[in-house]
Amino acid sequence: MSHPEGGATAALSITNLSKRFGGAIALDGVSLAVARGEVHGLLGSNGSGKSTLIKVLAGFHSPEPGARVELYGRPVLLPIPGAEVRKLGLAFVHQNLGLIPSLSVTENLNIGALSTGTAWAINWRAAHAKAAETFAKFNLALDPRAEVGTLSPVQQAQLAIVRAYVDLQSLGDPDCPGVLVLDEPTPFLPRAGVEQLFDLVRRCTATGASVIFVSHDVDEVRELTDRATILRDGHRVDTVVTASTPHAAFVERIIGRTMHAYGGAAKPRPTGAPHIKATGLAGGGIGPLNLSLAKGEILGLTGLIGSGYDAVPAMLYGARPATGRIEIAGQGTALAVMTPELALEKHIAYLPADRLGQAGVGSLAVGDNVALPVYEKLRGAFGLTSSAVMAHAGQLGAEAGVKPNAPHLPLSALSGGNAQKAVLAKWLQTQPELLLLDEPTQGVDVGARQAIWDALDTTAAQGACVIVASTDYEQLAQLCHRVLIFARGQVVAELTGGALSKESIAEHCYRSLPRIA
Amino acid sequence: MSDDINAYEARITALEAKLALLEAARAPRAGSDWKGWAERYGLIGAWALLILLIGMARPDQMFAWNSYASMFGSNAMVVVLTLALIIPLTTGDFDLSIAAVMGLSSMIVAVLNVKLGYPIVGAIAIALLAGAVVGAINAFFILYFGVFSLIVTLGTGYFISGIILWLANSGTIAGVSMDLVNAVILTRVFGIPIGFYYAAVLTLIIWYVFQHTALGRRMLFVGRGREVARLSGVNVTKMRTGALIASGVIAAFAGVLYTGMRGAADPSSALAFLLPAFAAAYLGSTAIYPGRFNAPGAFVAVFFLSTGIMGLNFLGVSSFVQNLFYGGGLVIAVAISQLIRGRKPMD
Repeated sequence: MSHPEGGATAALSITNLSKRFGGAIALDGVSLAVARGEVHGLLGSNGSGKSTLIKVLAGFHSPEPGARVELYGRPVLLPIPGAEVRKLGLAFVHQNLGLIPSLSVTENLNIGALSTGTAWAINWRAAHAKAAETFAKFNLALDPRAEVGTLSPVQQAQLAIVRAYVDLQSLGDPDCPGVLVLDEPTPFLPRAGVEQLFDLVRRCTATGASVIFVSHDVDEVRELTDRATILRDGHRVDTVVTASTPHAAFVERIIGRTMHAYGGAAKPRPTGAPHIKATGLAGGGIGPLNLSLAKGEILGLTGLIGSGYDAVPAMLYGARPATGRIEIAGQGTALAVMTPELALEKHIAYLPADRLGQAGVGSLAVGDNVALPVYEKLRGAFGLTSSAVMAHAGQLGAEAGVKPNAPHLPLSALSGGNAQKAVLAKWLQTQPELLLLDEPTQGVDVGARQAIWDALDTTAAQGACVIVASTDYEQLAQLCHRVLIFARGQVVAELTGGALSKESIAEHCYRSLPRIA
Repeated sequence: MSDDINAYEARITALEAKLALLEAARAPRAGSDWKGWAERYGLIGAWALLILLIGMARPDQMFAWNSYASMFGSNAMVVVLTLALIIPLTTGDFDLSIAAVMGLSSMIVAVLNVKLGYPIVGAIAIALLAGAVVGAINAFFILYFGVFSLIVTLGTGYFISGIILWLANSGTIAGVSMDLVNAVILTRVFGIPIGFYYAAVLTLIIWYVFQHTALGRRMLFVGRGREVARLSGVNVTKMRTGALIASGVIAAFAGVLYTGMRGAADPSSALAFLLPAFAAAYLGSTAIYPGRFNAPGAFVAVFFLSTGIMGLNFLGVSSFVQNLFYGGGLVIAVAISQLIRGRKPMD
């Protein structure tokens, strides 16, 4: 199958698109053309600029001057007016799908017309019949009267895609069949579901519509797309014809050819008997897997979105249902009965990624947030006093370099990096034997990032075991003694010593999928 | 070259010193600034102003100690009921059944003591136990079934009001043991009925628990960030259950005071105290420890509101003014505090 760009005008053409955030450049003169009836892949790792590109198209971001966007040969006003994007012939299906679970399939399908339409009565019988007809056209087994919340994830994704397609068709312009943007719709779907989805996408393009398929997953892009554009660090690296591009060529373009350039920190891995062992860890599509850490070891967990690495810390802490056992210094506990309370008793601490939703309360004082686990120890003759709490937190804040070190301020008044230092200090003071962290430096500035790494290094040097779940490959390479790569809930690679670098982690993440297929 | 570097180093040092100064200036101590102070004690100031304003028109009644002594005594159970309410509000649950629990407890004391001849102490113990049972039932529906507390307690409150009517056989029961009446209203200290001092002591206890114990501070975390509290090892379910049971017991205690104050119990009048308790709880959360439900704030708020009503009565306004004052007070108080806090969402 080939889709020459010549002949009729391209469905969507983007020329010289740039976007800056402050000093950082997220997109640098990217050009890209999507042909009519084509499935066009958009590939790149975290921070490559693909989500920025999609957000410019959706009208969330305004591009830098000098860019040009055309739909079916007609120039589009920039910045793209977000509310009118659909009328221009662009429809989006984002990862969260945008469905309302408590409403019926038909109601969701017609949500645009229902919420903005002027008709004052709805003929439900006709609406259901029309929905059934649409689904039959796409060979989908969807019941128009079913509640969306009861559908499987695959069916929900199908509904969202059909809805976007129907929206485009309702424009009724035969010369403008529309461009459908699918923004990572597959990471949480089972393999069979992905195939059903691809079948649907092909039926859409058969009618002349074009599809942009945004993904992390090289194999899915190779299977579905006609051509694909690869972004790296805000640049368009290449646009390739999928059928003639092998897997390895994609991976090279995504991660760059600089694998030997940077050797990583290559910290010597602590030797010694395993201090902490998790056996048969399983739950929520993850595992069963076994982990073991020596005293003083920092273990990184990573993988692509949906690979399950990020659930492991919460599972070990008892914050997410899991089965298996964890052993600390020979003392075992079944994870089925683990709760955060019990975990703290066993000297396990967990710092979640959601700083103001799970790690700390924004409206309460920094001091209270820090002192929460140790209130009992701060009691004086009159009980707990605010001055004792604030003095204690002030001391920890000074050690951790929290700025401004004013414990009575609400936590939400601190910047991301300083709030993170504070909530990390909250757990470090309990001297955990196992410290679990999820994205410890997300939304944290460079200086604070280094301070947090130093704090974790010191903790490990004092004998604690640390587990860090992150997609920040650079951080993992700098910080960890050993990194485990996850794919579909399993560990597929272990990197340590000289083999551990930002590039090798990225490479293993993108190469991970075929090995277990 | 090295001169340049030295010059830059000196400039960096100077800038860092300046930054430290700015940071210190940006971080004033809590409550020491004028605005914070005004927010904390504004309600007490407004109370004094209210007394002065009405006092100008009716000095004989408004500046008489006797008026306040009886007002303090007759509002003791409103203070206790408000204290019952702020406990679950702190842990993030509404309890709309408190007024019904107060009525139930009031009626249980009367029925057991007058109709069935129970000793008064036994009757009180059973009434308090009934409050605990209602709290446990609320907690069961809220936590086990995950129903929103507003709905559960609205329902249980109405259910209990039915039970009260059934217990009372739809009439007022008078003739409760004089021991209770003596212990609530007839004994006076500095002219104020002793019931007031019970309310004051309970205020102190709850203030201490909220402000000076680990339990109280953890309750605040449970209310503000349930997930944060859970992931910090706080047993959120236990805390919320405890708060709802405490609320039931304390509301039942308000009912005991109510019976003692009148020597009788009627099936419906207690239900009218729900709104005053909410008005005082929210108005109180704008004072003393602004932004959080607190016992001293609630205490001041109850007497601020009842002083206003007393004053308006002196001015000869009819009794409908009570509804205007409590209802309007609740909305205006919350609106003003929102304005002060820059329209941030309440929590």
